[in-house]
Amino acid sequence: MIKTVYPKGRLVAKTGNEVMAEAMRQIEPDVVAAYPITPATEIVQIFSQFVADGIVKSEYVAVESEHSAMSATIAASAAGARAMTGTSSQGLSLMWEMLYIASGLRLPIVMAEVNRAISAPINIHGDQSDTMGARDAGWIQIYSENSQEAYDNMIQATKIAEKAKLPVLVTTDGFIISHCMEVVETYPDEDVKNFIGEYKPDRYLLDTKRPYTLGSIDLQDYYFEHRWQLAQAMRDAKDIVLEVAKDFENTFGRKYDLYEKFMMDDAEIAVVVIGSTAGTAKVVIKELREKGIKAGLIKIRVFRPFPAETIVKDLANVKAIAVMDRSDSCSGTYAPVYSDVVSALYAAGITGPKAINYVYGLGGREINTEHIAAIYDKLGKIASGAEKAFTGIEYVNVRF
Amino acid sequence: MANIKELSKNPERVTGGHRLCAGCGAGIVARQTLLAAGNTPVVVTSATGCLEVSTTIFPYTAWKSSFFHSAFENSAATCSGIEAAYRSLKKQGKVTEDIRFIAFGGDGGTYDIGIQSLSGAMERGHKILYVCYNNEAYMNTGIQRSGATPRGAHTTTAPSGKVHQGKEQNRKDLTEIMAAHGIPYAAQAYVGNWNDYVTKVQKALAANGPSFINVLTPCRLGWAYKPEDTMTLNRLAVETCIWPSYEVENGIYKINVKPKEKKPITEFLKPQGRFKHLFKPENAPILEQIQKEVDAKWELLQKKVEIFSKA
Repeated sequence: MIKTVYPKGRLVAKTGNEVMAEAMRQIEPDVVAAYPITPATEIVQIFSQFVADGIVKSEYVAVESEHSAMSATIAASAAGARAMTGTSSQGLSLMWEMLYIASGLRLPIVMAEVNRAISAPINIHGDQSDTMGARDAGWIQIYSENSQEAYDNMIQATKIAEKAKLPVLVTTDGFIISHCMEVVETYPDEDVKNFIGEYKPDRYLLDTKRPYTLGSIDLQDYYFEHRWQLAQAMRDAKDIVLEVAKDFENTFGRKYDLYEKFMMDDAEIAVVVIGSTAGTAKVVIKELREKGIKAGLIKIRVFRPFPAETIVKDLANVKAIAVMDRSDSCSGTYAPVYSDVVSALYAAGITGPKAINYVYGLGGREINTEHIAAIYDKLGKIASGAEKAFTGIEYVNVRF
Repeated sequence: MANIKELSKNPERVTGGHRLCAGCGAGIVARQTLLAAGNTPVVVTSATGCLEVSTTIFPYTAWKSSFFHSAFENSAATCSGIEAAYRSLKKQGKVTEDIRFIAFGGDGGTYDIGIQSLSGAMERGHKILYVCYNNEAYMNTGIQRSGATPRGAHTTTAPSGKVHQGKEQNRKDLTEIMAAHGIPYAAQAYVGNWNDYVTKVQKALAANGPSFINVLTPCRLGWAYKPEDTMTLNRLAVETCIWPSYEVENGIYKINVKPKEKKPITEFLKPQGRFKHLFKPENAPILEQIQKEVDAKWELLQKKVEIFSKA
């Protein structure tokens, strides 16, 4: 249950989409360019109503495609505006080319993203294939467990993007968060505005006194350096995310980190997961703990940059780990989160824990407490040596 | 009408030292466009292509005004995003100047891959000028056919060979497609007549809404002619009525340059390497067909002028 932690906070009942739109209203970007897509449509629909009612000063550009949505958002940001958009699934896929341009040009765009499966076959429900497909695009990726986090993450993302000079996407799980009503604590407009501050770009196209060329052709003599700078900016972004989280905690009272540790201090078996399923897993862990089973959870909040160095420390002493992916790389080997976790462990020289990959919930397939309890049960058997760790991907609740 | 004395006083905002080919029409288009804008501050966007790659080799730039390139198909969407930012920041008092927005794209980035983003920007009514520097093929990637390539032209993806004789379809009529958007100003122009072109740019920039100019821009490599013939060849396009110079201003059609005598299309085609194969005796029917199509379109344009000459 969400409680107020900020003296001036207000508890409201809102869906994930409503609360992301609410954050956008309070941030009041100069430009929002967007194209409708299920299940993210409501976010920009609600925002366009704010524009229509004159509640925000923003320009809303109702473009003809997601490709143009990202193009116009990029251009508005380059022009000197605080620029945002929202999308999901196929929309994010159509933006693919432009995602790389947004990060390559180091533009602090914020995107509200609602996780949804990717065609084909077409499916409108929640899984993380869309943003996992964009994991190498140079965007900071922040995932939310519930509406409260979605709201808080959007506010933090604005500040992170502008400090890191990198685009940031904040996600919720399609329908599970986007369309479910929850109690959320919102903060006064003025306090949100004070927290994010005024946007003052160093260099922008509309500064006619200092005109400049952006988006030049970059040949063999500079391209590599620019890509290195982008990769370095992503490495440096970890500290910026933590710094902004600290500011946020000092201001609004809610604590955030790159990832959340739940009952990990003495955990022998652990699940690593992203998004709303963390909430389901927490229920299971509480039940297991009552039975004396030392179960824990790591919920990754910031997937890009990936918190490899610290996550390994928290997993080093666990006997068996299940990494739960809500997407599949179709790589012939493992899914994306598992690959990152295991390569981080290996690089740190940690080979003790057995790490198992579970793929679950594709296309909105149910994941409930029984499924997760079964995973912990299996981890327990592997940890005690009663069962051998399997090396392939285990698919949860799928008919072969 | 533009005045050359006044124009000569305007600042040069596309500098020399860019790396376009000798005789390239695109450099002339860019230079004359910004000359026509006078002292008005402008922000320029460009599609990926010759104009962009030749003028912005990092860390150099040939642009003295702000210039932005992001991808191939989105010069119009990009320009509309900048214009939206301008409206927002102006409303808030953060930008005080009067700025104009100009998007450039070649025919590939405009007729083909960029038509959706162009159509969207025009429909939404962004106050931008879109200039298509139309050299009738994908010149930057090595002369591949585009939706603007005329019938019979040899390109590397519609080559003349033993069975096929260059492009077998007529080109898309983009100027009419743009005029059909009901924008305040749409025009067809050519590089060989500075006065005609500069006047059109000035009208377009003064229009209260989106404007579009399709300017025939010879490519000496793709068309295969001598660099010094750019202007002559362009004038022949208008004199043969293959490329009429006309405008549609608030729905009113006007032919801007009427040839004294309509020359046969062969006068335009013959000096160009890309049409060389059409002059073999067995390809005479293709030349006849092109002539017929040009005549019919010229007739139709004149009819449109008759019908839509008054508001």
